[in-house]
Amino acid sequence: MTERRIKVLVAKPGLDGHDVGAKVVVQALLEAGFDVVYTGLRQTPEAIATAAAESKADVIGLSILSGAHVPLCRRIRDLLQEKGLYDKLWVVGGNIPEDDRMVLRQLGFRGVFPTGTRTDAIVSFIREYVK
Amino acid sequence: MTDKPNEQSKLARPATPIRRVVNESGIEIKPLYTAEDVIATGGVDESRAGEAPFTRGIHPLMYRQRPFTMRQYTGFANAADTNKRFKYLIANGQTGLNVAFDLATQCGYDSDAPEALGEVGRVGMAIDTLRDLEIAFDGIDLDAITVSLTINGAAAILIAMYLAMAEKRGYDISKLRGTAQNDILKEFIGRGTWVFPVDPSVKLVADTIEYCAKVAPKYSPVSVCGYHIRESGATPAEEMGYAFAIAKAYTDAALARGLDIDEFAGRLSFNFNIFGNLFEQVAKFRAGRRLWAKIILDGYGAQKPESGWLRMIAGGGGFGLTIEQPENNIMRGAYYALIAALGGAQTMALCCYDEAYTIPTPKAQRLSLRTMQLLIEEIGLSDTVDPLGGSYYVESLTNQLEQKIVEAMNWVDAKGGIVKAVSDGVIQAKVSEYAFARQKALENGTLRKVGVNCYTDTDEEKPQVDLHGYDEMGAITQIEALRKMRATRNNDEVTRTLTAVRVEASTGRNVMPALMQAVKAYATVGEMTNALGDIYGRFQEPTDLWRKVA
Repeated sequence: MTERRIKVLVAKPGLDGHDVGAKVVVQALLEAGFDVVYTGLRQTPEAIATAAAESKADVIGLSILSGAHVPLCRRIRDLLQEKGLYDKLWVVGGNIPEDDRMVLRQLGFRGVFPTGTRTDAIVSFIREYVK
Repeated sequence: MTDKPNEQSKLARPATPIRRVVNESGIEIKPLYTAEDVIATGGVDESRAGEAPFTRGIHPLMYRQRPFTMRQYTGFANAADTNKRFKYLIANGQTGLNVAFDLATQCGYDSDAPEALGEVGRVGMAIDTLRDLEIAFDGIDLDAITVSLTINGAAAILIAMYLAMAEKRGYDISKLRGTAQNDILKEFIGRGTWVFPVDPSVKLVADTIEYCAKVAPKYSPVSVCGYHIRESGATPAEEMGYAFAIAKAYTDAALARGLDIDEFAGRLSFNFNIFGNLFEQVAKFRAGRRLWAKIILDGYGAQKPESGWLRMIAGGGGFGLTIEQPENNIMRGAYYALIAALGGAQTMALCCYDEAYTIPTPKAQRLSLRTMQLLIEEIGLSDTVDPLGGSYYVESLTNQLEQKIVEAMNWVDAKGGIVKAVSDGVIQAKVSEYAFARQKALENGTLRKVGVNCYTDTDEEKPQVDLHGYDEMGAITQIEALRKMRATRNNDEVTRTLTAVRVEASTGRNVMPALMQAVKAYATVGEMTNALGDIYGRFQEPTDLWRKVA
């Protein structure tokens, strides 16, 4: 019996249209053997929380490059908590300045991947944290 | 130097095999080019600049007569702050304006819509009604400075707003110049500010072309963008090939309205990227000019030579810039500007060195502007037309690039045309696969990037970049102004004009006259977008791209 495949939800919250990175990460995760659900652009925090619950994903990954990562992550954190998804691994990637990284970690996003992160670093982070 | 006896044997040692070089467009590069290579690839286009097919430039004297327009992408917070930055850039010698809107405006939402949370005034200025646009251009002479609006999903509305604003200020809009990006098909492939489904989106582009051809014939209603497709994942040849496929789709839609090709083709403009190999990009621009002239003059049978002009802004280079060692981006910007100038761009804009981090600071904006001014004032780029013309290498590459661009267009045709390729998501899948391959090449070092995978910093020195602050208060002020406007305008007139927009949209007639009326009644961007959306619906993005066979 092989191990259960790790399932990752990759979501683009807000109005940011920069999806090159999210789509690259989706392909890297697929290549690493994960199950991946990609939401596409323009997702509301509510839609992402619902998708996270319905997909039963082990990992909830957000990609934000517009600079709106703090307000969006705060709102999504509230909704994920409401749905009881504390035990899932929350990660976020994008154009995230140094000073904001700790803010996002404190919100509960354990993996923060700023622009320039290698895709293999994201894969190994997920493997390490999802048991 | 010595004449030791072993010197001779050193020289005679067999050389190691030379590295194979293939450029991004897939052309193998020889270590030396001669006249034979030019002949073997199809010879030299002997026509002069200003003569079809315009390989060497669309104007006879190019920059000798008029240097490229310098038009940095600018906009943040609200109309008043952006107006100040516009004036700062004009005072520093900028010759055009390139307007950045915030994402709420770009996606057709009002500043107080729940979808706009955290985005009001963040990546560009917030525009809700005509009043904001009036403030943004207050005190700026619209005849002296041409304005380019970077707007796509909400382009029909913003074009109407711009024309209405100019009209109110007393300009004769039949003589008004300016450009709107208004290339919705590329938004589905990259950039992502689509609003309506693909077919009505293309219909709206045709509405703007038709309306401007009749009412504002000097205005360029569309700037077809290879730029963002290249950023999202395409070779230079594909960038141009896909842009031409898109431009042909708009051309066909305009012709279907009964317009003559010569009524609008000369007002189509283009936007291309400038990062990458210098010679490949210059050849891309030369080959693109030649091919577009053939498509319009020979293919569509246009009679006016200027209908076949590939008028372009060449600029940006965002993908080429790095978050690592950001000061290197200053040098990259200078080389990219050189590429645009050698490529014969009509307009130039550069991404700023801090743009991977933040909205550019005034200092970074001025540095980009100075980079472009240096080319003209000190480096000699305006002295003569197409200085690389006649180079064995560049002429051979121009011929080969033209072939590669045709191949990219044929690929689109084989997928059923650009509208179908976008609707099906196959072109998005292809672009995304290229982006993944490019990322892997960066990670394994086969694609060299200074400061990223070679010559990296060993010390942990933090890059010195001043971040542009985002003022949450700005959003609150904007929303207050919007609510005040809703309370004080003539709301009967707003309702009447919005109903007219719905009626025109549902009958399939050109919606621009109705939008002009709604704009003048101070209807909001969100209200007008919803009126159109009630009829057209909203785009549903295909998200299972990687199961598609590209």
